[in-house]
Amino acid sequence: MTLKPRDMTLFLVVFALIAATGFLQSWNVALGILNMGLVSAIMALGVNMQWGYAGLFNIGVMGFLALGGLATVIISKPPVVEAWDAGGPRVIFALLVGTAAIVAAILAWKRIPAGKARAPALVAILVVGFFVYRWLFDPAVAAIEAVSPARAGNLGGLGLPVLVAWPVGALLAAGAAWVVGKTALGLRSDYLAIATLGISEIIIAVLKNEDWLSRGVKNVSGLPRPVPYEIDLQNSERFVERVSGFGFDPVTASTITVKLAYAGLFLAVLLLLLWLAQAALNSPWGRMMRAIRDNEVAAEAMGKDVTARHLQVFVLGSAVCGLAGAMMTTLDGQLTPSSYQPLRFTFLIWVMVIVGGSGNNFGAVLGGMLIWYLWVMVEPLGVALIGGITSGMPDGFWLKEHLLETAAHMRLLTMGLILLLVLRFSPRGLIPER
Amino acid sequence: MDPLNAIVAFANFVMLPAVAYGSQLALGALGVTMIYGILRFSNFAHGDTMAFGAMATIFSTWWLQAMGVTLGPFPTALLALPAGIAATAVFVLLTDRLVYRFYREQKSAPVILVIVSMGVMFVTNGLVRFVIGVDEQRFADGARFIITAREFKELTGLKEGLAIKSTAMLTVVVAIIVVVLLFWFLNRTRTGKSMRAFSDNEDLALLSGINPERVVMITWIIVAALATIAGVLYGLDKSFKPFNYFQLLLPIFASAIVGGLGNPIGAIAGGFVIAFSEVTITYAFKKVAGYLIPAWEPQGLVQLLSTDYKFAVSFAILIVVLLFRPTGLFRGKAL
Repeated sequence: MTLKPRDMTLFLVVFALIAATGFLQSWNVALGILNMGLVSAIMALGVNMQWGYAGLFNIGVMGFLALGGLATVIISKPPVVEAWDAGGPRVIFALLVGTAAIVAAILAWKRIPAGKARAPALVAILVVGFFVYRWLFDPAVAAIEAVSPARAGNLGGLGLPVLVAWPVGALLAAGAAWVVGKTALGLRSDYLAIATLGISEIIIAVLKNEDWLSRGVKNVSGLPRPVPYEIDLQNSERFVERVSGFGFDPVTASTITVKLAYAGLFLAVLLLLLWLAQAALNSPWGRMMRAIRDNEVAAEAMGKDVTARHLQVFVLGSAVCGLAGAMMTTLDGQLTPSSYQPLRFTFLIWVMVIVGGSGNNFGAVLGGMLIWYLWVMVEPLGVALIGGITSGMPDGFWLKEHLLETAAHMRLLTMGLILLLVLRFSPRGLIPER
Repeated sequence: MDPLNAIVAFANFVMLPAVAYGSQLALGALGVTMIYGILRFSNFAHGDTMAFGAMATIFSTWWLQAMGVTLGPFPTALLALPAGIAATAVFVLLTDRLVYRFYREQKSAPVILVIVSMGVMFVTNGLVRFVIGVDEQRFADGARFIITAREFKELTGLKEGLAIKSTAMLTVVVAIIVVVLLFWFLNRTRTGKSMRAFSDNEDLALLSGINPERVVMITWIIVAALATIAGVLYGLDKSFKPFNYFQLLLPIFASAIVGGLGNPIGAIAGGFVIAFSEVTITYAFKKVAGYLIPAWEPQGLVQLLSTDYKFAVSFAILIVVLLFRPTGLFRGKAL
């Protein structure tokens, strides 16, 4: 499928909006929006694979994004050697034992014939496994978290280049998706939704509480970057000379250069993914996926393994979300588990996909960038609007105070309205599927 | 060995909180299950409907308090409840008229309605934040305790105290009254019977002359009442914070699904199953164990999971039920 002139215009409108921000406000703000917009577009691509190709209802996007964020920490932070010595191997061994207990329980359930022995055996394996796991796990965690808690208190990472974390984030998310999909796919669609909602809350709870892994609410900051630091650019004589030659201020020029470098990286990933997604959608595999989505019974009658295909596309879409999560954490330069809010990181992505056009990759990309732009701009616009409405009211009037205070919450209201309006009047989105 | 003190400690820290929390979840899950049974979709806006109802009640409570009206030992919010329910009923009927009805007439797939309810959730959430703000609001007044820990100790001479919070007791009593009324309505009145008929078999119900729009309207009003009562009770027992209601969505859905979506008795049972497991698994049993086995000095807190993982508990139960009994404990609708 190629882009129609109308779709191109829509993309141009979004870029014009961002460029207008650059001219009217500052290029720093505009490039900030562009970068996060590109990452949002990748998130939307992932959700579109699940919903648009296959009709799977995943509302645990936040969890997969957070796993990508965790990957950046695990891969790029230098290891905390004392913490590893204090309890690293024991923690890993404990986790292996815990996993082994679950696998043993699943095997027991499959191998032992149904009868009186099966349920007690299952429970016994799980209970014993749990206590052995805790016995191994707790002292090791205490030891790790005692290692200079103000600075580290965690195991750190592998100290590899941060770009390695992107595919690893995708892998982590894919693994989690496989476990969720294995249990909840094949049941009713609402159940998959609740299961994904639950797993995402649990992933966030793990990130918030397992200090040995992610430092919990103490956050991990100072993640390495794939692009140069502003301060290094400002200290580099060649850079200062060159930008001064163009008549730019070196400080502004350095921040813009860094943002442009990020934008280049993100754009490269986005284009690659878009190309892959388009190729997949137009291949026999893509036709099969749509056939399954449109009529599961007929597809099954034609010999397609519906559950396996669902699992496949669910894992793929989640992997893309994990990749986007790793990219986002890299862009932020820090992992802040408490900043993961479902309204922002799950439901907003859904608004992007629906508004852009579910089932159409270009639509998802457009929706991601457009909705991100609106999400950023609605707040100042709302404040300005409220400021205009209340300008006639006397200072200190309670209604004025209250309205000014709560104007920032216009965002959710606006996003909800956009979603409802699009669903009602243009349910196929801005760039419909075919 | 001191079983009496152990039992009191267990009752104080596990039983009572779990019963109160279970009643709140049961009321919430009843609302979800009613929508599912009659309108046939999972309503993701339910948590925020609860927040809206609680907010409406809080405003009427403040107004009553400003007028100098109180209920003595009872919270004034009880008196404000009808006003809150009325406001919420108007709100949900408005969303039905403006949003859901269109899709009902189109006979859209349930999953589309779920996405639509996501939009309603956004709007409701934004509205609540816009009107009352994101901060915590306290609106409980009246007596705080029916019996305090100290009074209980003096009364019984035990080492361990049993404090009965009046809000917890109130939660249970109100929940029982509401559930009895609801079941009387569903099983004994003509309207209730027509609703059950509609839920069982829509086409047959239409053939026998039941007016679907009327059934839908009454369902929304009942759901508004249930959501408001659940929201107010939760707010009285803990405190009102808009975001907390959104977070209740997971345990509420877990309760409804564990009990069997579409089955009211199941919703109540599910609520208590989830609440009891959450509280039991995340409670630190050090004290209870200390009374039972005096010789044993536990190193840690004797806690199975830290309280931050309470979502994991509802989730685990949900998964187990889905794997082994996908229609729930009480045979809900399986499609």
